[in-house]
Amino acid sequence: MIRLEGIGRDFVMGDSVVHALDDVDLAIEAGEYLSVMGPSGSGKSTLLNILGLLDTPSRGRYFLGGQDTTTLSDAEQAEVRSERIGFVFQFFHLVPRLTAAENIDLPLLLAGRAPEERRERVAGILTDMGLSDRAHHRPDQLSGGQRQRVAIGRAIAMDPDVILADEPTGNLDRHSGEEVVGILEALNRDAGLTLVVVTHDPELGERPPRRVGMLDGRIESDDRREGGG
Amino acid sequence: MRSADALRFAAGALSGARVRSWLMLAAMAVGVAAVVVLTGLGEGARRYVSGEFAALGTNLLVVLPGRTETVGGAPPMTGETARDLTLDDALALRRSPAVTRVAPMVVGEAVVARPGRSRDTAVLGSTAAFREVRRLDLERGHFLPAGDPRSARPVCVIGRTIKHELFGPEPALGQWLRVGDRRFRVIGIIAQQGQQLGLALDELVLIPVSSAQALYNTPSLFRILVEAAPHSSVERAKAEVERIMRQRHEGELDVTVITQDSVMAAFDRIFTALTLTVAGIAAISLVVAGILVMNVMLVAVTQRTREIGLLKALGAPGPRIQLLFLTEAALLALAGGLAGLGVGLAGNRAIAWLVPALDTWPPAWAMAAGLGTALAIGVLFAVIPARRAARLDPVQALAGR
Repeated sequence: MIRLEGIGRDFVMGDSVVHALDDVDLAIEAGEYLSVMGPSGSGKSTLLNILGLLDTPSRGRYFLGGQDTTTLSDAEQAEVRSERIGFVFQFFHLVPRLTAAENIDLPLLLAGRAPEERRERVAGILTDMGLSDRAHHRPDQLSGGQRQRVAIGRAIAMDPDVILADEPTGNLDRHSGEEVVGILEALNRDAGLTLVVVTHDPELGERPPRRVGMLDGRIESDDRREGGG
Repeated sequence: MRSADALRFAAGALSGARVRSWLMLAAMAVGVAAVVVLTGLGEGARRYVSGEFAALGTNLLVVLPGRTETVGGAPPMTGETARDLTLDDALALRRSPAVTRVAPMVVGEAVVARPGRSRDTAVLGSTAAFREVRRLDLERGHFLPAGDPRSARPVCVIGRTIKHELFGPEPALGQWLRVGDRRFRVIGIIAQQGQQLGLALDELVLIPVSSAQALYNTPSLFRILVEAAPHSSVERAKAEVERIMRQRHEGELDVTVITQDSVMAAFDRIFTALTLTVAGIAAISLVVAGILVMNVMLVAVTQRTREIGLLKALGAPGPRIQLLFLTEAALLALAGGLAGLGVGLAGNRAIAWLVPALDTWPPAWAMAAGLGTALAIGVLFAVIPARRAARLDPVQALAGR
C-alpha cells in the first residue's frame, strides 16, 4: 500500500547540505504493523513526516495506494491527509480550548461532515476509548494517558488507512504507555489499520512483527518475525 | 468545512484569547462610535439650519441691491451698488400679482434710551408685512401699523431683552423710548424668539421703515423681503421681481434676487460636505484600528503556530486556514462595529439631551458605512496574518517553530 522509491530529503544548514534521508526504499503492506527505530538524527522523524505528507521529499517517489503523491498539489495532499492518514504525536497536540469531544470532532469538522454524522461518530469513539465520562473535559483536566487516547480518537475519526505514531508513549508513564500501545495494536489487529510507530524506546520498538532500523538517513535493517505481535 | 462550523470555531478561538479580542473590539468600537457621533452632529446641525429656513417659509425671496453672480450661497453683505433699492421699488413689487407680501428692510445701530437707562442695539425699519413674512409672534401689544409705509410714525416694537433691560418689571407699552435722536412710543413686544438666522430678534427695536430712513438719513433699503403668492411658483415670482426691477432701473438688472430654496440648498450642500469631512476624519481612526487588528492577528498566528500545524496535519488546506483567521477578524470587527454603533447612538442621544435644539441622529448611510468600513478594514488588515498562517510549514509549525 505504501511504496517509497529512492526517497531523499536534504536540509540546507548554512553552507552545508544535510541528507536527512538518503535513497530510502520501503514498501509497507496494508494492515502491517512496524516500528521505525534509530538514534536521534537518524532520519526516522523525517521519514514519518514524508509518509504523512507533512514534508515533501527532495528526490524519489512516494506511492500511497498506487497513487504517486509527489505529483499532487497542496490541496490534494491535504485531502489525502484528511482521508487516509491519522497522526498520533508525542506531545498529543490537542487544542487546549476544545473539550475531548471537540478535539476528536476536529478532523470531521474540517472535512465538513454533517453534524448528526459527527455527533454519532464522536460518541462512538469516546466509548471505544473509554472516555465517555470525560467528553466535556478540556485537555488540562485530563491525565496524560487520557490525552493520548483523545489524540488516538482524533486520529481514527476519519477512518484512515494508516496511523503514524511519533513516540506515542514518549510523554507517558509506564502504565499509561502500555494502555496506549494496547489501543493502537488493537486498532491494527481488529480494524486492520496499518500502524507505523517511530520510537527510540527499545521496549516499544521490539513489539511489532516488523522492525525497521535507521542510521544516518538510511535503512540499516528490516527484520520480520513470523506470527509475532 | 461548513460555514456555521467555521464561525463557531473562530468564535471559540476568540474567546480563548480574551485580552487581545477585547483590545481589537475596543479599537473598532471607538472608530465606529467616532463616525456615528460626528456624522450625527453634522446631520443634526444640517437639520437645525434647514428647519430654521423652513420655519421662515420656502416661498421667500430676498432682493439685495447690487448684482453678484451667484447660485445661492450666503447672501453678499455688501454688493457693488449701482443703484439703491428704494421704498418705491418695494411698493412696485407689491403691485405684482405673483407677490403677496413685501417687507422692505433698513438696518442700523442706535443708542436706545429711557431716562436713566440706555444701550446700543440693532434697529430695523420695516412694515407691517414683516411680521407675516418672518412669522413673528407678539407677546403683548400691536405690531407696526399697516397703512402707507411712507408715513414715518413714531412707534416701535421691541424685543424681550430690550424690554427687560430698559423697563425691567414696569409695563413698557405706551411708554416713550428714545432711539438715536428721535422718540418712539412702544406699541408691542416681540415674543421670545431667540436667534433666527443671525438676527437677534430679542435684542431688536423695530420701527416703521420711513422712520428708519429718516433716522439714518438715507433713501435706500438694506434689502427687500418678498413672499411669493401661493399660486405662483417661487421661480416665477423671481422672474417677475427681476422683470419689475429691470424696468424700474432703466433696463439694467442691478439687484440680486435670492430664493430661500437656493440658500437652503446651498446650506444643505455645505453641511453635507461638512458631515462627509468629519466622517472621513473619523474613518482614519478605523484605519488605525485596522493596523491594531493586523498586529494582534500576527501575534495570534505566532501564539497558535502549533494549532495551525495540527490543522494542517488533520488535512486542512492553506486556504481554509486563511479563511478561519479572516473569519475571526471579521467577527471581531463586526462585534466591535456593533458595539461602536451602540455607543455612538447613545452618545448622540446624550448630546441631543444636553442641546435640545440639535436633533443629532446619524444618517443611515453613515451607520452602514461605519459598520461596513470596520468590517472591510478588519478583514483587509487580517489578510497578511492569515496568509502567513496558511503558508506555515506543517512540520515546523507542529514543532512550535
